[in-house]
Amino acid sequence: MKPPKFDYFAPDSIESALTLIAEHGDDARYLAGGQSLVPMMNFRVAAPSALIDLNGIATLRGIKVDKNSRLHIGAMTRTREIEMDSTIASANPLLHAAAPHIAHIQIRNRGTIGGSLAHADPAAEMPGIVLACNAEINSIGPAGPRSIAAGDFFEGIYSTALQDGEMITEIVFPPWPAARCWAFQEISRREGDFAMIGIAAWFDLNETGEISAASLTAIGAGDTPLRLPAAEEILSGQPPGDVLFAEAAQAAVNELDPGSDLHASAEYRREVGGVLVERALKTALQREAPGYTA
Amino acid sequence: MTEQHHLTLTVNGRAHSCDVEPRMTLADCLREKLDLTGTHLGCEHGVCGACTIIVDGAAVRSCLMFAVQAEGAEITTVEGLADGETLSVLQQAFHDNFALQCGFCTPGFLTTAETILAENPSPTRAEVQSAISGNICRCTGYVPIIDAILEAAERRRAGKK
Repeated sequence: MKPPKFDYFAPDSIESALTLIAEHGDDARYLAGGQSLVPMMNFRVAAPSALIDLNGIATLRGIKVDKNSRLHIGAMTRTREIEMDSTIASANPLLHAAAPHIAHIQIRNRGTIGGSLAHADPAAEMPGIVLACNAEINSIGPAGPRSIAAGDFFEGIYSTALQDGEMITEIVFPPWPAARCWAFQEISRREGDFAMIGIAAWFDLNETGEISAASLTAIGAGDTPLRLPAAEEILSGQPPGDVLFAEAAQAAVNELDPGSDLHASAEYRREVGGVLVERALKTALQREAPGYTA
Repeated sequence: MTEQHHLTLTVNGRAHSCDVEPRMTLADCLREKLDLTGTHLGCEHGVCGACTIIVDGAAVRSCLMFAVQAEGAEITTVEGLADGETLSVLQQAFHDNFALQCGFCTPGFLTTAETILAENPSPTRAEVQSAISGNICRCTGYVPIIDAILEAAERRRAGKK
């Protein structure tokens, strides 16, 4: 339960981190908050020859809203900062609400948003939220900077579009309409455990009260976080309500194809996925329409 | 590969320096280099919470930080909570509420609870339950631990030392 030997570097700029990763080759890894990589090293599942620690790079941290109301979060911003930040509470309440579900305080004090995305655990909350919000993931690597849509980022279990030597620099969330209806729901064995299944939901209403845009995302239900397009399609253009929500939940059950593991069977995950879709949609509507009772 | 890094850090108000290999966790550094064995190691992969210490005001897992990452850090371990022979309010509340049996998990609970109370002097029972969810106790049970933290909060609000 001790990590294997490695060389350690703590650059203070993105440029020197890129130089270091190029010098130290394929077995070098970036170290973000270390809350996934270090356990893997302690188990010797991961054995990088060198760690390039990003914790000293100030430009990778921070939270700001730009003049176009887009929320920018630096990759090395810690989960606990996201959870406690009042800007995020209004600029993306869905992200703000999901953050406390991530592990425990001690983990959130170190873990970072960029680290969680790069690790790409299919049951993790951050990947689900960026997918639900159509966020963009900005990165830089040997080939220069680029921007990756969340929908193109997650390729499989612990597998992303990031190339060798590429690091996430910033996550950019599109503007969040103040009247948007939203909810985050998950079921885990114990508080702080990975979700057996979780659902992030939001929808916007037009002037005549119909759903003009909807997003439903499942975590813990496949190899990556997954959008539920059939269920989203059912919501689109319709006035919200219990009957519609039940239909969307059924569509979600039909399109979910989760796996079984130690924590839950596939059947359980599908069943609970439907329940959480319905619960999330009702909670979302309640938030913006105080007269509605689920 | 085994290059030693020179490390300087402050633990419980005292400046320390030592040489560490990059692979040495902060927990092992505290225990083996600085002889501060109050920080306990349970699972060594961030699940049990026994190794929780306070780094620059935040409760963290010392098994998931490398010692080299703590360069210049201000650290508080369980040894830093009492004032000589006088227990801290929180430690006294643990004693009074029988909030420990074997004591293995206790350092992690105490350091975690110190940061909770610093952030939120009047936590609800549910907030305390949530805040200690990352610490596992296998013998006392959580009820007396929660009682102790709530009682410590109350005593601290009343200004008792």
